[in-house]
Amino acid sequence: MELDPLLLSRIQFAFVVSFHAIFPVFTIGLASWIALLEFLHYRTGSPVYEKLSKFWIRVFAVVFGMGVVSGIVMAFQFGTNWSAFSLSAANFLGPVLSYEVVTAFFLEATFLGVLLFGRDKVPRGAHLFAACMVALGTMISSFWILAANSWFHTPAGVELVDGTFHVTSWLQAIFNPSLPYRFAHMALASFITGGIVVAGVSAWYLVSGRNPETSKKALKITVIMLAIATPLQMVMGDLHGLNTFEHQPVKVAAMEGHWETKSGAPLVLFGIPDEAQETNHYEVAIPKLGSLILTHSLDGEVTGLDSVPAEDRPPVAIVFWSFRVMVGLGVLFIAVSLTAAVQLFRGRLFDSRRLLRLMSWMIPLPFIAVLAGWFVTEIGRQPWMVYGMLRISDAVTPSLSGWMALTTLIGYVAVYAVVFGAGLYYLRRVVIGGPDPIEEKAASPVGRPKRPLSAAHAPEDHDVRLAGA
Amino acid sequence: MHRKITTSDLPGLDMELIDLTLIWIGIIGLGMFMYVLMDGFDLGVGILFPFAPDDQSRDLMMMSVAPVWDGNETWLILAGAGLLAAFPLVYAVFLPALYLGVFLLLAGLIFRGIAFEFRFKSNKNRRWWDRSFSIGSTVAAFAQGAVVGAYIQGFEVVDRQYAGGAFDWLSLFTVMTGLGVVTGYALLGATWTVMKTEGETQTWATRVSKRLLIAVFAFFIVVSLWTPLAKPHVMQTWLDGMQWLWIFPLLTTLVSLWVWRGLKRGHQATPFIGSMLLFGLFYVGLLISMWPYAVPPDFTFWDAASDPGSQLFLLLGMLFLIPIVLMYTAFNYWVFRGKVRLGAYDH
Ligand code: HDD
Ligand code: HEM
Ligand code: HEM
Repeated sequence: MELDPLLLSRIQFAFVVSFHAIFPVFTIGLASWIALLEFLHYRTGSPVYEKLSKFWIRVFAVVFGMGVVSGIVMAFQFGTNWSAFSLSAANFLGPVLSYEVVTAFFLEATFLGVLLFGRDKVPRGAHLFAACMVALGTMISSFWILAANSWFHTPAGVELVDGTFHVTSWLQAIFNPSLPYRFAHMALASFITGGIVVAGVSAWYLVSGRNPETSKKALKITVIMLAIATPLQMVMGDLHGLNTFEHQPVKVAAMEGHWETKSGAPLVLFGIPDEAQETNHYEVAIPKLGSLILTHSLDGEVTGLDSVPAEDRPPVAIVFWSFRVMVGLGVLFIAVSLTAAVQLFRGRLFDSRRLLRLMSWMIPLPFIAVLAGWFVTEIGRQPWMVYGMLRISDAVTPSLSGWMALTTLIGYVAVYAVVFGAGLYYLRRVVIGGPDPIEEKAASPVGRPKRPLSAAHAPEDHDVRLAGA
Repeated sequence: MHRKITTSDLPGLDMELIDLTLIWIGIIGLGMFMYVLMDGFDLGVGILFPFAPDDQSRDLMMMSVAPVWDGNETWLILAGAGLLAAFPLVYAVFLPALYLGVFLLLAGLIFRGIAFEFRFKSNKNRRWWDRSFSIGSTVAAFAQGAVVGAYIQGFEVVDRQYAGGAFDWLSLFTVMTGLGVVTGYALLGATWTVMKTEGETQTWATRVSKRLLIAVFAFFIVVSLWTPLAKPHVMQTWLDGMQWLWIFPLLTTLVSLWVWRGLKRGHQATPFIGSMLLFGLFYVGLLISMWPYAVPPDFTFWDAASDPGSQLFLLLGMLFLIPIVLMYTAFNYWVFRGKVRLGAYDH
């Protein structure tokens, strides 16, 4: 069998970037959460916030570490597997990624040291400042990377001469048409992800009767935040979709399962897209609603997949289904968040055991929603690398052979399996360890060894609290 | 010629005289050098890890770099992104040419990176994270040395794309430069440990530093002789600059002696500073030898450069941002200055 370097590179890129993305979406939200806790601690001096912050910093350290090591891989993927693209788009991509490094990565990485290890070495204000800088860094980082990514979808401010992109307007290229929507949608996704994890863990402690004081506090804040953010995300998603409809109608056609261009298009709720016959099987649809959502008119015209030749269409089924997974989860998040908020205001949230348990089961779901969203976006862009300008087949490294791509693909899968397995294992331990009990100050560490690092039989919680970065 | 900024790039300003590419060689050169120095010593700590006298020394060594390693490694990302921005040809040729080596480098960096967090959190599996840290660091250092060797060796390029095979980069010469960098980083790590620790750990680190210094000097001699012999172009550069270039071997010898003396007399910081100076000398020597080639044997930095507009756009930000980065990096080192102690950090 002939190994196709292009296909393998696509699979490899999808794998490494999906793996990487899991961590930032969480740490962007979590960094802001920690900064908030540090701020509240600074203002009130309450030990509850301090314990909470220390606990979530332990979680953060593990997740951030995995985000960094997988991010370093990303920095080189464009060169190893997409060198033709790198050469072609360097005039735009290079400066944007470099700005990300100097405005965000250094900020995060440097102040992380102070955040993790500096609590007793710097004044309290400086520690709070470090927490804020890490949070700011994660936001700036996502701004630049999404500017780069959005440009792939809605390229602007460039001209293509002899296969090389030259920037004609930096403002237009960076603030390209889909950036504002993508950035807002992604930022909300990060807060939702962070919020659902914090709420889920706190709910789990409450159900198992542990750390009541800290958990109630944490749950209260996150439930209120989620009740605002999840409905907002639906609105934002809708706007994002309308923007896509304007610039990439074929992608939307794949998301919606519309094969023919027509006015008064239905909203397809369910169906099994069939690319060969260009139709959906077992379709369940609401007439005219599709046109209403996309054009705000019952008989508005909606572009179908038939508007472009078959070789210019993305794979339909995966885009169609990923979209439904994301939106379905989005609706679920709204329902649960609003219910929890209602219970909170009725003063019953902390006793609603079934709801709390449901929230703790929801922890993996935002990650699935985020990846599904990205699959819609990225696979819906095919077969273009830069939409309408550069084909993916012209982007791959010419000297790359199938076996080389396969070797590294297997390599990354193996390495990441170890990283992920170990990461989950230690995260589980941190979470089981929980925040330090509030009373701890009085009951001083009688039995705690002086050199806990070398104490082999120490209880689990000690090494968790000594956690290095 | 079109690489120079012209009035059309910046209306109202006549900057014909500024050669942006030259400035960018300086910036990327500085970025890479920062990387070599900073990640050099923390990779070096990893390379030496298995040889440390006991577990307590390992804890100390790891803690001494834990708050700074992430920032150190960020210079590598800057070098990568900066190359893409300023010299895309280098980025687009080196990475495909070193495809498998790059994978090794990244895998090494991953395993050592996660070890920081996981080692402190485990007790049963501590050994495995020790290995992950030391093997990862060693592989990453070796791969970086091989990159340097491959750069000296040159690349087969057709149509501005790499056209050679998967293993062209692997040769006796690159294996030797790889081992040379492993040894050099180990020296940085050992002298760093001398500076950051006390007692038994420090005594051990001093002893190791001396041996490594001798080994590094030996590698220096071998590479200095081998490179010009194998590369006529390099030979020519050295012969042409005969009158003053010989200052390099002289300075290298003097600095080595200074480091040796520092170690003998139990100085805390001079051996580390001296080792960094040694790297500086090697680095400048390499640049002079290869000048002006970015992708040898055919492409100079000017051939490899991106649009002047792109170089300028990034430069304006860099001039402002790099000093800020340096400032808070210095702040971070200052916060964690002095000798490390066990249990000193807690989060
Ligand atoms: C917690 C995560 C999450 C949730 C609940 C939602 N999304 Fe989303 N969505 C994302 C996370 C996300 C994402 C991963 O962040 C994406 C991928 C790229 C992007 O810009 O955002 C995305 C992309 C994305 C796109 C693709 C745009 C494009 O690039 O062409 C559309 C149309 C929507 N979303 C619409 C929605 C709607 C109508 C939702 C209703 C609730 C929704 N999203 C919930
Ligand atoms: C955050 C999560 C992300 C996920 C889960 C994701 C997912 C994917 C997937 C599934 C593909 C394969 C598409 C296909 O070949 O059919 C892909 C390709 C790609 N993505 Fe993303 N992506 C993410 C973010 C990004 C970002 C931020 C960038 C750029 C800055 C990016 C750039 C690319 C590129 C260059 C390709 C390869 C070329 C291609 O296949 O189109 N991705 N991604
Ligand atoms: C949705 C897509 C992405 C988002 C939101 C994102 C955001 C982030 C954030 C917040 C970090 C900080 C560490 C962490 O929290 O894990 C990070 C790390 C990193 N990312 Fe991404 N990223 C994305 C995709 C990419 C892509 C496509 C690249 C490659 C071009 C990349 C390169 C890096 C690098 C090199 C790091 C390590 C930086 C360090 O040392 O701190 N990321 N990313």
